[in-house]
Amino acid sequence: MQPTKEQSLWMYENMVVSRRFEEAIEKAYLEGKTPAFNMANGPIPGEMHLSNGQEPVAVGVCAHLNADDIVTATHRPHHQAIAKGVDLKRMAAEIFGKSTGLSGGRGGHMHLIDPAVNFSCSGIIGESCGPACGAALSRTIQSKPGVAVAFLGEGAANQGAFHEALNLAGTWKLPVVFVIEDNSWGISVPKAEATAVIRNDVRAAGYGMPGHYVPGNDPHAIFDVAGEAIARARKGEGPTLIEAETYRLAGHFMGDAEQYRPKGEKDALFAKDPIPKMRERLLAEGCTATELDEIEQRADSLVADAITFARESDYAPESDALTAVFV
Amino acid sequence: MLDQPTNERRLTIARAMAEAMQQEMQRDPRVFVMGEDIAGFGGIFGNTRGLFEKFGKERVRDTPISETGFISAAVGAAMDGMRPVVELMFVDFFGVCFDAIYNQMAKNAYFSGGNASVPMVLMTSTGGGYSDAGQHSQCLYGTFAHLPGMKVVSPSNAYDAKGLMTAAIRDDNPVVYMYHKQLQGMGWLGTEPGATLNTPQEGYTVEIGKAKVVRAGSDVTLVGLAMGVHNALKAADKLAEEGVNAEVIDLVSLVPLDRETVINSVAKTGRLIVIDEDYHSYGVSGEIIATVTEHDVSKLKASPARVTFPDVPIPYAKHMEQFCLPNPDKIIAAYRKM
Repeated sequence: MQPTKEQSLWMYENMVVSRRFEEAIEKAYLEGKTPAFNMANGPIPGEMHLSNGQEPVAVGVCAHLNADDIVTATHRPHHQAIAKGVDLKRMAAEIFGKSTGLSGGRGGHMHLIDPAVNFSCSGIIGESCGPACGAALSRTIQSKPGVAVAFLGEGAANQGAFHEALNLAGTWKLPVVFVIEDNSWGISVPKAEATAVIRNDVRAAGYGMPGHYVPGNDPHAIFDVAGEAIARARKGEGPTLIEAETYRLAGHFMGDAEQYRPKGEKDALFAKDPIPKMRERLLAEGCTATELDEIEQRADSLVADAITFARESDYAPESDALTAVFV
Repeated sequence: MLDQPTNERRLTIARAMAEAMQQEMQRDPRVFVMGEDIAGFGGIFGNTRGLFEKFGKERVRDTPISETGFISAAVGAAMDGMRPVVELMFVDFFGVCFDAIYNQMAKNAYFSGGNASVPMVLMTSTGGGYSDAGQHSQCLYGTFAHLPGMKVVSPSNAYDAKGLMTAAIRDDNPVVYMYHKQLQGMGWLGTEPGATLNTPQEGYTVEIGKAKVVRAGSDVTLVGLAMGVHNALKAADKLAEEGVNAEVIDLVSLVPLDRETVINSVAKTGRLIVIDEDYHSYGVSGEIIATVTEHDVSKLKASPARVTFPDVPIPYAKHMEQFCLPNPDKIIAAYRKM
């Protein structure tokens, strides 16, 4: 399955928006944190897990989804949220802790929930899997269209929650697709030291579903495999497990010195940055430089608007902390 | 009064729970039930009997023994507009699935600023007294009630059991519904007769967050929930023989907690004993005593007391477990010390 030109450009645009967004967040995050790095300082406090480099997986999968479909995401959720169509302004405002944010500042960057596009995420590793099964079950019971996609990292594939959810999905033939973003690092521990198999797609066999591995951090290849899996789920033929190779161009979190990386690994990854690679591919396929420049400019201004919106928004009253525990 | 039985139809708690679920499933197609052995078997504690025959396997689902999987699935289904009733067979099993409960079920409404809701019921059995030892006999009321974002109820009788289940299913928030095994009316678990009450056939709700004065008195306030209420009532009967007039409060709900009913009662009696089958420290008993003393310590004529399970794992041997459990004699002894 290959993307149309329109789909390719959509993927490119969302990759660029995502990267520009992370760059803007990184800049704002560092405000107030120099010379001494204190996580609690600045306009964006707390942990920050950037998705630089992992954009291909999000766009290759979400290109096949519409607003009715469900995505459950991870502690590193920005690229997935953007590809699913979460409102960029409200997401930025949430990260800045403002009243106009998705939850008015109660959740922050690891807890983005946007019911308008059926997007949610969790800061707990592996916990995207079960809720995706439940949403898929909901559609099955109600005979309503829609598939669920659970994103997770390769480290999460060693969690019990992952294995329980796959068994449930396989047993009940649920319309759900599990997508592992394999960035090869669980914070500082390499995949090979934490995982009993070389590739997690083989684990699908244990749960009665097909498994696919997609090398190369290539949006087109991911588009192809995800498209088949999602079409299969839509037809009621059950779940699929996909593991896609990707690269974490940032640290696990901001402030991570990444001393665990072998020398030269980061340089090699930057040389394979998927965004310039995709631009080259699109040019080779006949897109014009002007066309792509326009996409990049549009991305710049979308991100700039979102950051401005977030900065200019008010904080909610402190006492809002005490509300919305129950609806 | 809402809680006055309107007919002469006596049900066990198990049947009352099943009837509430059946009526709500009939009324609302979004309601479905899942858990271990809840379909054809009818629930280990009888609380889903008859549902599978009536609604079939799509809406009454046996699950794998996989609590993390199916409870987090219930969260996802609830956020997608369904109203799951999901069973954690023994509350003691929370250790294998608590992330789904306290990090997801209980927090997603808050994390969405109230834009999303998680309308689900987590029903789970509690309590010992039948020598099932330390991994199948706990109450853990305080553990669940401590964590924000979930309502917590525990009925002491069939009338409340039905009304609370109906209210829990209709609630837009997650509700942890804790039913005590010895109150279920399953003969093999040693049934407490006082739990089997007249229960109306028509659907009704019992308000979540409202305690009940189940026996009026003027000399001492006995506060409990679930099995604790029955122990308190038995103690009150014995105290009455000595001319001591005890008031008994059934908390019904732990979250929200009806502090006012407790405060008003102690304002009248001046004495407080809390009966709690959960562990002694850091739990419901301490919370109730703190509620009263924080409000107005001068209302107390004596130091408050509590009759609770000691801070030890629940022992197996019958005589050892019975030694640890609250009972009416311990309540009377606590009163005599005041």
